[in-house]
Amino acid sequence: MDKDFHIFPDRASTLAGQVDTLYYVLTGLSVFFAALIFFLIYLFAVRYRRRSEDEVPRQIPGLLQLELAWSVIPFGMSLVVFFWGAKLYFETYTPPDDALEIYVVGKQWMWHIQHPSGPREINQLHVPTGRPVKLIMASEDVLHSFFIPAFRLKKDVVPGRYATMWFEATKPGIYHLFCAEYCGTKHSQMIGSVVVMEPIQYQRWLSGGDSGETPAVAGEKKFQQLGCITCHGDKPGSRGPSLKGVFGAPVQLQNGDVVTANEDYIRESILNPHRKITAGYTPIMPTYQGQISEVVLLQIMAYIKSLGTTQK
Amino acid sequence: MATAVFTPKPHQLADEEDQRPRKNYINVAFTAKSWLLTVDHKRIAILYLIGVTLFFFVGGFFAVLIRLELITPAGDLMQSETYNKMFTMHGIMMVFFFLIPSIPAILGNFLIPIMIGARDLAFPRLNLLSWYVYMIGGVFTFAAALLGGVDTGWTFYTPYSSTYSNTNVVLTALGVFITGFSSILTGLNFIVTIHKMRAPGLTWFRLPLFIWAHYATSLIQVLGTPVITAAIFLVALERIFHIGIFDPKLGGDPILFQHLFWFYSHPAVYIMILPAMGVISELITCFSKKKVFGYSFIAFSSIAIAVISFLVWGHHMFTSGQSIYAGMVFSFLSFLVAVPSAIKVFNWTATLYKGSVSYQAPMLYAIGFLGLFTIGGLTGLFLATLAVDVHVHDTYFIIAHFHYIMVGGTIMAYLGGIHFWWPKMTGRLYPEGWARFAALVVFVGFNLTFFPQFVLGYLGMPRRYHVYPDEFQVLNVMSTAGASILGVGYLIPLIYLIWSLRYGQLASANPWNATGLEWKTPSPPPTENFAKTPIVTEEAYEYTPLRPQGQEAEVV
Repeated sequence: MDKDFHIFPDRASTLAGQVDTLYYVLTGLSVFFAALIFFLIYLFAVRYRRRSEDEVPRQIPGLLQLELAWSVIPFGMSLVVFFWGAKLYFETYTPPDDALEIYVVGKQWMWHIQHPSGPREINQLHVPTGRPVKLIMASEDVLHSFFIPAFRLKKDVVPGRYATMWFEATKPGIYHLFCAEYCGTKHSQMIGSVVVMEPIQYQRWLSGGDSGETPAVAGEKKFQQLGCITCHGDKPGSRGPSLKGVFGAPVQLQNGDVVTANEDYIRESILNPHRKITAGYTPIMPTYQGQISEVVLLQIMAYIKSLGTTQK
Repeated sequence: MATAVFTPKPHQLADEEDQRPRKNYINVAFTAKSWLLTVDHKRIAILYLIGVTLFFFVGGFFAVLIRLELITPAGDLMQSETYNKMFTMHGIMMVFFFLIPSIPAILGNFLIPIMIGARDLAFPRLNLLSWYVYMIGGVFTFAAALLGGVDTGWTFYTPYSSTYSNTNVVLTALGVFITGFSSILTGLNFIVTIHKMRAPGLTWFRLPLFIWAHYATSLIQVLGTPVITAAIFLVALERIFHIGIFDPKLGGDPILFQHLFWFYSHPAVYIMILPAMGVISELITCFSKKKVFGYSFIAFSSIAIAVISFLVWGHHMFTSGQSIYAGMVFSFLSFLVAVPSAIKVFNWTATLYKGSVSYQAPMLYAIGFLGLFTIGGLTGLFLATLAVDVHVHDTYFIIAHFHYIMVGGTIMAYLGGIHFWWPKMTGRLYPEGWARFAALVVFVGFNLTFFPQFVLGYLGMPRRYHVYPDEFQVLNVMSTAGASILGVGYLIPLIYLIWSLRYGQLASANPWNATGLEWKTPSPPPTENFAKTPIVTEEAYEYTPLRPQGQEAEVV
């Protein structure tokens, strides 16, 4: 049982080393202050132990300079840690533009993963080293959280919206994938693995086996089956706006607002089309809430993205 | 150490005890009705003591089952669903029915009127109502446990709680909902009492720090509790009537619940720890015979904690999808709220300096508190640090951290306080040797239980896991071993304290030579607390020298 025993997790992403450094600094500061306080308590408790029942020590009411010193100095030190942690946090949750996009759908109690070039996986995620990977995640039911300890990274997957996170793996190997947000009976079995591969092996893995159709192709089929194409078919005089190049572009709404057509906007426009009406169109689209799964929604999203995107 | 007090000295007994046997709040009447319909704050405190102790051991029983299950990586003792109910019921029982009411409702109820020289709280009947409301809430929650339990986690996160869980969510929620009113009523009662019923001469800055801490706690109880009451009510509405509030399928927002929940539940952490800090201030001064160092800093740090605690709730949501910039603001404020806690720890430590330190059991608990609270507080900074929190959030690191604060902090102070005021409350002394032994056992058991969980958390073991990968087993076995020791540590005081009710030595009015009005009335106090209203002419913690010291007093 102890052959795998260790007290420090694997380090397999560009982020991991940075988080560890910050963790060491925090540990160092904590050990210093704890040791200081414990030493003083020990020293005072022993040195000034009660020697006679009648003794009453000289009373000391306090000292303003000391109060200020032990308020301001530790707070100043902690501010350094605050800025450091905030900067790293910002980078952690701000994906680079050139990241490989992989779709993840969490449901009780499994992770469904869809690669852009076709392969699908359950509870396993294959990624290459040396390339930023962005996960676009949705939940079919309750809260989940995609947690890869070796990457020092997690993000809650909240139903009703997309969550994104990104990482760049550095070390080939097989690492734990956990659901970290309690999601019901088999929460502790909503686990899997992240397989990090050298780029060459990753390419071989992608091309091997039955890769299936790409999400964009599957999304195009759904786009036709569900009848989206009838109104959004990019013909003049269509009842719905054209979707060509819409992803990432500004959209003028009927109420005068301008929004960017990001994933959440497109998701909302499919599930709840009456909430934001594009200027010049009438609100006649039926809602697809409850009609299509998160997986299909992500396929349609991939198709719409494949119609061309406008850089922000 | 050799001269530590084990028994009261005859000359101390002489002061107030010459009228024995006399009427006190315990022997004034013996019928069940005289207890169940009492409006005496001291009797109500005893009623709370019984209720809280009961729920503590119920919650502890669930903890035992959790730790037993986690000895092995596989789920071999119970089903996953049962395990999930165990940690949920453990959390709900301990948080809402033990930690929140423990110190305020027992020690606060008993001591606040006496410490300020009053005959009772401002609203004695409301106080009795609080206890009944608390017990009814507890019975509802306990009934929900008996009828099959609930499996949402004590946090009731939506939409699992409002839509997906097939367990007794509504009944449990009703229990928590009801008990919230008890907390509000108690807080209100304390605030009014502290404002209006202080004895002549007892100005705000002559109040014991225990009172300041409870005042700050009461503010949070009155202002915060209605929010969770509303949030839980909304969960029930969505669950029963499918009104879309939190479930996105019904048009709701699950993150909204987290905001509402933590808007109360983070300040609630301070409802648990502030009274503990109040107890520690009393213990440290008494057992070092010194005026507390930096009285006004400790007093105002309690108020500062109460205020800032309302502004940090978002630090529970750094990974939830709340805006990155909101995360940064909450992170900053979380570092800020650490400052007043640090001020207290430094001031308590400085109080020991050149004191006359003795090591009776309450002081051992107080020193244990300082150690565990320091570790709990420092590890809180790890969680306030955004990038580190992303890794350790929802892992055992969190579990270890909040147990260091709540169990290491609140329970150590609670036990220290119970021992310290036990002679006052019951008129009996407990066996000092056993009490010191228990304090040591609790301290060792606690650290062995929860320190390995910091390591587990950084390794990545998520919380609320029924089965877990093999490599986490060694640390889990250590934790369970520690929990067994801790369990024994909690049972020992239960036994000797009950034993002392009958066989303990009679306590004098002031067995510790402490300052404070509660020590100027007999043990146990008469129903009216004081024969005549005391007039206060001195500052808090005036330990005046009995004879001139060898040196001149310096002006500091």
